[in-house]
Amino acid sequence: MVKQIKRFTISGKFVEMSSTNKKVIQALAETISKEVEHFNKKEAECLIWKFNTLLEAQKRHDSSVSGLDRNRFKNALHILFEMTDDFILDRVFKVFDKDSDGFVTVEEWIQGLSVLLRGTLDEQMKYCFQVYNLKDSGFITRDEIYLMLKDSFHLEHQDEEDEINELVEIVLKKMDHDKDGRLSFEDFEKSVKKEELLLEAFGSCLPNFKTKKKFEQQVLEKQQDE
Amino acid sequence: MWWYLSNGLRPGYIKATSLKNLLLEAMGVSLSKAAQWTTLSPDTRKLKLTPTNQALLKEITWSDCLSRNGRFFTQLSRLIHDAEDKKLEEIQTCLEENRDFLVKILGSRFASQLIGDDSDAESLKEDETSDVKARLVVLLQNTDEQILRNLLRDVSDAQYDPDFMKVEMDFLQFCSEGDDRLLKSVRYTSDFEYWNGCRAPPWRQAQGEICYVVIEPVDTERLSVTCCTAGVFLNGGGNPEEDGGCIQTSEIYPDLVTLMKRRSSYFALNVVREEPYPSSEERTQESVSKFHGSRTLEPRWRDLLLLTGDGEEEEKKPRRSSAAEKKRLESGTRSKMKPELLVSSSPARLTSLTKKTSSKATVAEFSSETSSENEEEEEQPERRLKSDYMSSEFLQIKKLVKYLKKGDQKVTLLILCCMLDLDLTQESCNLAIQEEGGLKVLLNLLETNDNKCKMGALKILIRMSQCIPIQRSIEDMLGVQSLVNNLDSEVTKVKALAAETIAKVGNFPRARRTVRQSGGIEKLIKLLDCFLKSQKKSDNSEDMEAARCGASALWSCSRSTKNKKAICKAGGIPLLGCLLASSLESMLIPVVGTLQECASEESSRITIQSKDIIKNLVKNLRSDSTDLQIQCSMGLFKCAEDKETRELVRKYKGLKPLVELLNNTNNKELLAAATGAIWKCSISKENVVIFQHDKVLESLSGLLTDQPEKVLINVAGALTEFLQIPANNAAIRKCDGIRPMIHLLLRTNQALLVNVTKAVGACATDNENMKIIDELDGISLLWGLLQNPNPDVQSSAAWAICSCIDNSKDAMTTVLSFQGTGVILNLLTSTNKEVLASICAVIAKLAKCKNILPTLTDYGIVSLLTKLTNTKDDKLRHHLSDAICHCCQYANNAASFGEAGAVEPLVKFMKSEDVLVRQSATMALFQLSWDPNNNLTMLSKGAVKRLIPMIGSPLEEVQEAAACCVRNIRMTAMECRTAS
Repeated sequence: MVKQIKRFTISGKFVEMSSTNKKVIQALAETISKEVEHFNKKEAECLIWKFNTLLEAQKRHDSSVSGLDRNRFKNALHILFEMTDDFILDRVFKVFDKDSDGFVTVEEWIQGLSVLLRGTLDEQMKYCFQVYNLKDSGFITRDEIYLMLKDSFHLEHQDEEDEINELVEIVLKKMDHDKDGRLSFEDFEKSVKKEELLLEAFGSCLPNFKTKKKFEQQVLEKQQDE
Repeated sequence: MWWYLSNGLRPGYIKATSLKNLLLEAMGVSLSKAAQWTTLSPDTRKLKLTPTNQALLKEITWSDCLSRNGRFFTQLSRLIHDAEDKKLEEIQTCLEENRDFLVKILGSRFASQLIGDDSDAESLKEDETSDVKARLVVLLQNTDEQILRNLLRDVSDAQYDPDFMKVEMDFLQFCSEGDDRLLKSVRYTSDFEYWNGCRAPPWRQAQGEICYVVIEPVDTERLSVTCCTAGVFLNGGGNPEEDGGCIQTSEIYPDLVTLMKRRSSYFALNVVREEPYPSSEERTQESVSKFHGSRTLEPRWRDLLLLTGDGEEEEKKPRRSSAAEKKRLESGTRSKMKPELLVSSSPARLTSLTKKTSSKATVAEFSSETSSENEEEEEQPERRLKSDYMSSEFLQIKKLVKYLKKGDQKVTLLILCCMLDLDLTQESCNLAIQEEGGLKVLLNLLETNDNKCKMGALKILIRMSQCIPIQRSIEDMLGVQSLVNNLDSEVTKVKALAAETIAKVGNFPRARRTVRQSGGIEKLIKLLDCFLKSQKKSDNSEDMEAARCGASALWSCSRSTKNKKAICKAGGIPLLGCLLASSLESMLIPVVGTLQECASEESSRITIQSKDIIKNLVKNLRSDSTDLQIQCSMGLFKCAEDKETRELVRKYKGLKPLVELLNNTNNKELLAAATGAIWKCSISKENVVIFQHDKVLESLSGLLTDQPEKVLINVAGALTEFLQIPANNAAIRKCDGIRPMIHLLLRTNQALLVNVTKAVGACATDNENMKIIDELDGISLLWGLLQNPNPDVQSSAAWAICSCIDNSKDAMTTVLSFQGTGVILNLLTSTNKEVLASICAVIAKLAKCKNILPTLTDYGIVSLLTKLTNTKDDKLRHHLSDAICHCCQYANNAASFGEAGAVEPLVKFMKSEDVLVRQSATMALFQLSWDPNNNLTMLSKGAVKRLIPMIGSPLEEVQEAAACCVRNIRMTAMECRTAS
């Protein structure tokens, strides 16, 4: 099934705005909407259009690719959802790019967005944990927390380092329920369920209320006239 | 020196040279002290040309007040007038050259009196000129006061006002308390506070000084500080109230905290201060408005004078009362007047006064200090332990707040989540957060765009604002406005949290006002509207939560009367009514609570009654939640004042559940609310009948003992209504409800007394019951209540006595033989119409008794009753006519009434719309018609025309009276005709 979608994508790329293009996209949307939760066919179609527009811009430089590269993707999220933390955005790209081929395909795009825009708390918790789990080890370690928080102070003095360490300790004290000095998914889940605000504890990786609403209005609810 | 004065007394000799000095005298003490001498310029003899001084100099145009006082001043004022243009210059030079003019003009002895040395005053009397001098001194005093008054007014709109200093001092005093105090002690030098909030003596106030403070820091020596309108500075520690005693030994700091931070490093290191003030701009605005306010308070200056008088009394010097002194001053009695008295209100006098109080304070301070030091040494180890325990929590807070201030969004959010783990129910914890500046950051977060941080901050604020000082601080720091602004947020969760915080902060009255003033009521009501509109949505749980919080906030706001009106005006009642249909208990409690609060307002009650609200209130009486039951009962209690509501309650079968609530004898809140609702519902007889199916009267009688007063009031009220039905009189006797009722007559709660007397009165309509009341000496108790100061108690006791007399005349006579009739006759001079009517009713009953009427007549009942005849109140007219009617039946009272002029008004009573008034007036006129003179009056005032219709009255007694009266009038008329 995945291969099939890919083929559609590639063919779509070559046909470019021709009359058949629309039909291809509709077919693709149909398939994807069955695969991915939270989006109906119409919405999937809109997302594909959006993806293609983003891809278009990229293709001017390099026409051989089948998906958004890291920079394009980060740029897109920055513009669409006002996410600014480069460090976190790198991680978000990693999470989107499930097959780790360095590109986010249309399918990965829609699947990722389904979590970002419509995901349940469980889905979003998994997603956020993945983002913060820098080394994909299944645990967020003390060092990882340090890395994620270190830019939060304007480093001026030497003792700021101590302060960050202190902050890491505070965070661990709060979230490390099994006291093993690192955050497992269970730790994270337990903390978030207790206080939902901790979902994005180590950096914004979900669209906020405003950008989400804007995106829904501009992309998903837009009538595709072509 | 005497030369000037003696010259001045002989008009012809007044010359330009003496003018200067005369002016100087007139300017008085205040001027000499208040004028700001330049200390900085090398030439110390120059007077600074500050605005204050200019104002002072201009003030000397008050000359008309002087001109009234003798030739001397007439001349003076004329001269001043002539010198108009050069006046300012002239006076300026005068002051520069004659700095101690008082001594010059009055002589050293007199002047020293003024300045406060207690020399022998009597000796002055011997001096032949002292009379004149004394008068002069009075004038100087008056001028002084006037000048000072004007000056103080100007001073009060300066940069810092006494209130600001007070807040500062409160803060420092707070810092000097507790185990971890930052200062050893903080105190004012003077305990005496003037009406304007200053503690500095008036002549120092004129220089802008507000108060003097002695602060003892932990690490350095004691500091003496002068607080003035320009700021605060160290004053070297001399007595600042003495002349020029205030030497500025440091730069001027903007406030005490800044000064302390500079002077005490320990203080500086440990104090982290919240800014409890509005921005400086607003503060000036405030003080400007205060300034305007103070103008209207001018007469309060007199209080100052009185206060000084009181102060002297406190000194316990044997002296005549200050009022008497004043009188003497005003009448300007001759030389007998002691100069000592004259100076009583002079500033110099005050110095000695304040000196005394401050020295007392110092002694106390010293002793307490030493003792506290001793304790300190002894308790050292224990204290350390305690602070260690405290400090772990405190350090944690300090750390968190530090990062809260420092970090970016990400860290802020994390820290907010961590702060939620703190024990925010503890006041110490909350105060620590505030002290560290955390509260300010939290409130600032409400102004940002980051909704996540906002939610975090709000979640913390909700918990913190359960603590009363925090509620006040939030309001002080303009947090309520921010909260109200967040009710417009695009994120529903933020709205809900903001509303919930308002619900908590609204516990503080000033915050409720701010909510209204910043448009919060409308926004909260909008939350309810949003939810009602969102009900079609598949998932509206967030909207519901917001509506619930909105209703809670409205509930808490509705405790202020103006907010009740605002809620009603903004259309909140119908929306709340719609929400009543909800089945969610957490939603219903605040909704019913708000409705119930609003029902106290007459205008909103109408809206509440006209909706389906009553039906839902009744429905929720059977809720599982006692809180909800309480609110519903309270709502019914307030609404059932209205007849239609009572019928609605019956229609929706609400009476039964109310009765069931009486079983909850443990929950007094609920019991009070339920009995209240029963009381109001039982005003309708139909409801009483239904209630009696469940033997409610018996249950209520059981509640007459061992209950809080709020329950007793309602129970007594309800019993009164129940006893309106005769059958229930036997019932209350059977269940032994009379005895506890009579016992309640000994209580002091006035609302309770009103209701209990009414209930006893209702009981007394039954003969058997009356016997029990007699046994328990109930009439005596009721009679005693006539002396209660509350008119409502007086009248209800009188009505009860009326019922008693009907059934127990003998008992009445006994009572009167002991307690006399003086009480009721006194009450005939009351201004309360209900009291008058009830007392007239009592008199009407008493007059029937052959033994009592003569006594009443001796007490002058005729003239007392006649005085009341000009009333227009029909109830009073009715009972008054009755009383007159019965009082006529002794001796020649009928004629006396005629002579007193009671006949004419009684004829006027016959025009009343009220048939009861006409009937009793007819009876009275009939009694009066046994006197021929009265008949002539009646004839001339057209009584016959009005009496004839009364012959057709359904009451035989009245028919007869009217007919006989007409006959009597006719007889007299005929006799007159034959005689002539």
